[in-house]
Amino acid sequence: MATKGKVTGIVSNLVTVQVDGPVGENELCYINLGGTQLLAEVIKVTGEKASVQVFESTRGLKNGDEVTFLGRMLEASLGPGLLSGVYDGLQNDLTTMEGVFLKRGEYTDPLNHEKLWEFKPLAAPGNKVKAADWLGEVQEGWLSHKIMVPFKFVGGYTVKSIAPAGSYNIDTEIAVLTDEEGEDHSVSMVQKWPVKVAVRAYIEKPRPSNIMETGVRIIDTFNPIAEGGTGFIPGPFGCGKTVLQHAIAKQGEADIVVMAACGERANEVVEIFTEYPELVDPHTGRKLMERTVIICNTSNMPVAAREASVYTAMTICEYYRAMGFRCLLLADSTSRWAQALREMSNRMEELPGQDAFPVDLSAIISNFYARAGRVVLNNGQTGAVTFIGTVSPAGGNLKEPVTESTKKAARCFYALEQNRADQKRYPAVNPVDSYSKYLEYPEIQATLEESVERGWINKVLKAKNYVRRGKEMADQINILGDDGVPMSYHEAFWKSELIDFAFLQQDAFDAIDSVCPMARQKYMLDLILDICDRQFDFEDYEKCRSWFKELINVMRQMNYSEFESADFKKYNDSLTKLLSENVN
Amino acid sequence: MSTKAYQRTYTKLQAITKATVSLDAKGVANDELASVNGKLAQVVKTNGDRVTLQVFSGTEGVPTDAEVSFFGAPPTLKVSEQLSGRFFNAYGKPIDGGPEVEGEERQTGGPSVNPYKRRQPSELIPTGIAGIDLNNTLVSGQKIPFFADPDQPYNQVMADVALRADVDKIILGGMGLSNDDYLFFRHAFENAGALDRIVSFVNTTEEPPVERLLIPDMALTAAEYFAVDKNEKVLVLLTDMTLYADALSIVSNRMDQIPSKDSMPGSLYSDLAKIYEKAVQLPAGGSITIIAVTTLNDGDITHAIPDNTGYITEGQIFLRADSDSGCVIVDPFRSLSRLKQLVQGKKTREDHSQIMNAGVRLYADAQNAKTKLQNGFDLSDYDLRCLDYAKDYARELLSIDVNITIDEMLDTAWKLFAKYFSPAETGIKQNLIDKYWVK
Repeated sequence: MATKGKVTGIVSNLVTVQVDGPVGENELCYINLGGTQLLAEVIKVTGEKASVQVFESTRGLKNGDEVTFLGRMLEASLGPGLLSGVYDGLQNDLTTMEGVFLKRGEYTDPLNHEKLWEFKPLAAPGNKVKAADWLGEVQEGWLSHKIMVPFKFVGGYTVKSIAPAGSYNIDTEIAVLTDEEGEDHSVSMVQKWPVKVAVRAYIEKPRPSNIMETGVRIIDTFNPIAEGGTGFIPGPFGCGKTVLQHAIAKQGEADIVVMAACGERANEVVEIFTEYPELVDPHTGRKLMERTVIICNTSNMPVAAREASVYTAMTICEYYRAMGFRCLLLADSTSRWAQALREMSNRMEELPGQDAFPVDLSAIISNFYARAGRVVLNNGQTGAVTFIGTVSPAGGNLKEPVTESTKKAARCFYALEQNRADQKRYPAVNPVDSYSKYLEYPEIQATLEESVERGWINKVLKAKNYVRRGKEMADQINILGDDGVPMSYHEAFWKSELIDFAFLQQDAFDAIDSVCPMARQKYMLDLILDICDRQFDFEDYEKCRSWFKELINVMRQMNYSEFESADFKKYNDSLTKLLSENVN
Repeated sequence: MSTKAYQRTYTKLQAITKATVSLDAKGVANDELASVNGKLAQVVKTNGDRVTLQVFSGTEGVPTDAEVSFFGAPPTLKVSEQLSGRFFNAYGKPIDGGPEVEGEERQTGGPSVNPYKRRQPSELIPTGIAGIDLNNTLVSGQKIPFFADPDQPYNQVMADVALRADVDKIILGGMGLSNDDYLFFRHAFENAGALDRIVSFVNTTEEPPVERLLIPDMALTAAEYFAVDKNEKVLVLLTDMTLYADALSIVSNRMDQIPSKDSMPGSLYSDLAKIYEKAVQLPAGGSITIIAVTTLNDGDITHAIPDNTGYITEGQIFLRADSDSGCVIVDPFRSLSRLKQLVQGKKTREDHSQIMNAGVRLYADAQNAKTKLQNGFDLSDYDLRCLDYAKDYARELLSIDVNITIDEMLDTAWKLFAKYFSPAETGIKQNLIDKYWVK
């Protein structure tokens, strides 16, 4: 029989429950508020008292109200029909809810149980299978959605029977599997998985060896992110975190993109589902919405479900990864999730860590980032989950617990800088402080040397060095004055400005400049490095400045023009002309 | 808040702090209202039979044998067309000498709009102020605060913006307004002949600080009535949100909660987000736009209040006194409207966003030149031109005294560019240069 309980204390969304039987950590329960069932999760048990965080407003709740425990953790429903979905943090389908306002206790099913799917079997009776092996497939939009042995199945199984090709809804039994003890298990197209547990039904997780192209120059060339890699974008408000993240979501080279809007603005989600059905995926020509899943728990939605939202999003990625797809998970922002943990920890009167965050914050963040990765599936194919989170550091100060914990866990660091944003140098990623550990991976280096060109890594390092030198020179010029430094300082400074303006800066709102394929990035970098490698002999710094400004202007016009179009060539020619005027 | 027949009365308080009282009571619901010796209070915590109440007007003079009765319901506001033109206190009681409002009684602080049912904001709100319209264009359904030091004329600018905006209703939520500022708003609305489309909820500095916590919910409940029920375009003015947050910290402090940054409660982000996220463009055409004021301490935006606000709102308008031009200007670096690209070049002229970027970039160059000048270095010809440009730009465009149309702003900018720079120095797209450059 299910464990029951009664409410004995309420502080905001933390409720204490006196229980009459066993309860588990993270077990779910329903609290009955005058007939409305409020979902809650156990976060602490002391004797017969369980502390639960309620995923809804607790207004009107009374001591003595009844609680029923469900004997399971928060689970995601996984099956065909997730693609293009818009869910809240608990995976309720937001599109099927009635009315303009969210109603307390209204839970909608994430999957459509009536819809028929064209099923094709991939396994045959007698096959030996284990968790995540493919039993069959259905066509979900453009992709072939694999129906798998549920992740929860432990050990080896034999396929006893499998449904013939035909139309079925997701609840139809499509296979019967016999376990090693001879017991039969029915399998349908939908399976459940507890979101806080990592899916490990794969052979191995090798080191990443490919980069995930984003079309953003400062990422792809300067600090590339690996397919199956992790990265994070910290930045004060107003520095373009969201714009950069949306650019990655739109242009990232992935089969499936899951956007977790965690404690952020609702209008940003509205932007996604207003524009994505129209916008085109630059890699496939399909509409962006066809590859996107949105999990949104905006800042005014219940705080406790914020934590759930990132886990739900990760679980959906892991599910599609097991079908051999390359998934990209974007979470905006992981700081809001950390703040939700802080609010609960605070209400439970736990001893606080730094800035009142719970002491295990760092471990929680590391565990989550560790769920990303490229994996080799049971059948030898590969799938990947690339994860990029944003961090909203309090006061824009990167020396705070969430940023520091994330820095330990993520391999790419895209530091957004207030100063660059003030100067409208977008994307405001600091080119000197940011890094990608993947650039040091021999596997990644080998892939880049092959896919872009031999010697590419050296070019990138050289460009980075020009930027670093230019910054040092700028400091000197500021201290000593324009006249107080040799001409070579000015030259070095303006070379770094050229790289900044013509390469690192990119107009996210311009149809052409916003997406820059690798071939074009290489072309532009070659042009720029060719200029930077030259020695010039300017009469005075004023001439140096105006000549480089002209250069920058021409190259920006190139960035705004279609690659290799007549306009592009025209600006390219005027660039050559400018250069020939200044031969040394 | 009428007296109900079934209410029980308690007369033994177990604990009293400056903002809260605790007592033993049964059957009490979370968030419900109560009266403590006639003072309005709200349930904020229950632990077994021990109930903690937050007393809005403070606990001065409350004895341990105070009479406590529970109302069985959270705070409510009566909504109807009768709200228009009226002034209320934090409890929704008239303070203008008029009669009580009749209408449907609604709980304040109600549920959130389903994000999927929202529409993308797309209507421009012109204000005539170029620092806003040109560089930080406002859109209906947006939420945006003024970040200003206490000595800046933010309330005047906000009143100007409200009266020039093309909206059906203006709802003022005044928290810790000085009596002078309250009267200023009243006169400004009266003089504009706009009183009939204005509803005001006001808590002045003379009234207890914790009462302020009720103001945003009251104002937004009224706003939702007009926007959702009547499909109207509603503009909500909230001033000053810093004082609201201060009141939050008083209550959490009295409840022994562990403070996070700057003595603010750990839930500050969620508390502010619940208010600001009420800004919405509804599918049926109504909208709620929120313009707020967050006063700063000496321009410090890293303090927890402006910092959390900045992460929630869709930009901020930053006011600053500019010594070069002698005007109060809308700071082009620190100000931002996140929704501007939804209307720029779509509801305004095609050259809008390029003009905006070029104008600000050149202004940034002028700031660099100014630094050089202050450090005693020689200025280049370009630096000198930038400095002259910056003065004109601040006076003719950034100043809050400007009141012109957006096309006039764009033309002014082109005029200034041509006066001081070559086309290449502006970095504007060639096709726009060809079309608009002033020869």
